[in-house]
Amino acid sequence: MSARPRIRWFRFSSPPAFHALVDRLVPWLWGGAALLAVAGLYVGFFVAPPDYQQGNSYRIMFLHVPTAWMGMFLYLLMAIYAIIHLAWRVRLADVMARSLAPTGALMTALALWTGSLWGAPTWGTYWVWDARLTSSLILLFLFLGYLALHAAATDREKGGRAASLLAIVGVVNVPIIYFSVKWWNTLHQGMSVTATDAPSMAPSMFAALLLMTLACWLYAAAIGLRRAQVEALERSADAGWVRRVMLGETDAGTGQHDGDPGSAVLERGRH
Amino acid sequence: MGRTLWTLLRRDVSLIVTRRQDVLTVVAFFAIVIMLFPLAVGPEPEILRELAPGAMWVAAALASLLALDRLFADDWRDGTLEQLALIPQPLALVVLAKVTAHWLALGLPLVVLSPVLGYTLGLRGEELVVLPVSLALGTPVLALLGATGAALTLGVRGGGALMALLILPLFVPVLILGSGAVSQAMQGGDFLPHYYLLGALLVAALPLTPLAVAAALRIALD
Repeated sequence: MSARPRIRWFRFSSPPAFHALVDRLVPWLWGGAALLAVAGLYVGFFVAPPDYQQGNSYRIMFLHVPTAWMGMFLYLLMAIYAIIHLAWRVRLADVMARSLAPTGALMTALALWTGSLWGAPTWGTYWVWDARLTSSLILLFLFLGYLALHAAATDREKGGRAASLLAIVGVVNVPIIYFSVKWWNTLHQGMSVTATDAPSMAPSMFAALLLMTLACWLYAAAIGLRRAQVEALERSADAGWVRRVMLGETDAGTGQHDGDPGSAVLERGRH
Repeated sequence: MGRTLWTLLRRDVSLIVTRRQDVLTVVAFFAIVIMLFPLAVGPEPEILRELAPGAMWVAAALASLLALDRLFADDWRDGTLEQLALIPQPLALVVLAKVTAHWLALGLPLVVLSPVLGYTLGLRGEELVVLPVSLALGTPVLALLGATGAALTLGVRGGGALMALLILPLFVPVLILGSGAVSQAMQGGDFLPHYYLLGALLVAALPLTPLAVAAALRIALD
């Protein structure tokens, strides 16, 4: 494929090609995620020194910070797929956006959970209406709204397009919400307990953080792609290539040129 | 073009106003939510005064959700919306006319009534002017965002509750700035920055949200 003079950007928007790609990629992604997570946890728990102020309780940040980043990153990625879906009518982009949303919601929920576990010994409370906590909570609601709208429509195609539009509206609003919440919080000085206490980080701490971030990233890619693969199979259940995949024939990846109307319809939705 | 939109605006306003109970329902809902605060929190004037900006704005945000499911649903059900999508004027401008009519009939009464209800919660003097002005700047943004939610959930099962889930998170900036303006006035601070930012939100929402609403309506009409 690399020998082609022109890059065919939408090659993998064909479900059979996508299916084969995911089958090739996912084992590597899982393996990489597992290796990096083991390495990151080892460095985080055994190599990195205790914090001079917080002792060992800071170590939850090795899960907290990557999940918080992934939550925001996945919302952005979801919105990019939503734009591709609406602008070029690539249905597989909708499948990708829909498949990333549960993982994004999970990451945001994990970030909130680990954050409150960190807050209990550090701030003395599980929850404060801090700007970051509040905007993370709102981000979680945006993910849930996307999923709810996607699920509520009787027509999956329409529901997907409405949900994509919502993701785009949401991503325009995210910075506005973030800054207004931040501003709101600084106005209410009385109760602001900020999370901005990160003195110069030991290199081993930074290494652990980086390893865990990469592990989370690979995990999100693996689970997102696998979910997209299943969803694509479900959506084109009548197509011939799905039948061949299900019957265990190996060369499903070559199915993109078959004369099957099912796969062609899913490739580019026309209205 | 202006005439068509003007006709549409007048049609929508008169449609809402002739069904008087719609306006009454929204206004009564607004007043009842505000009445619930003293009943739930207690009648102490200092506490109520402290809560007043937030209570007024929460009530206004909830009340502006109330009639939104009717904004496009009636026209959609009887086929009017399809006809409107076919007229030569851009659908986004049609949307803008409809939302303006919606706000004039259902948002403006809240703005007018707010000083009276604010007074019952203990707002006095200048605060009784700051509150309605903040509502006048903020509730149009709520109506525009709400129209996006209404269009996205058009023809969807359980649309009303879903719409609330979709758009209440988007109401957050308006709520913060609107109640913040009143709070600032209560503390003798400068509330103009809040007004400027609310105005900025309105100026940004006026051209952008009708485009999103029009796109959502085209999905629903497809």
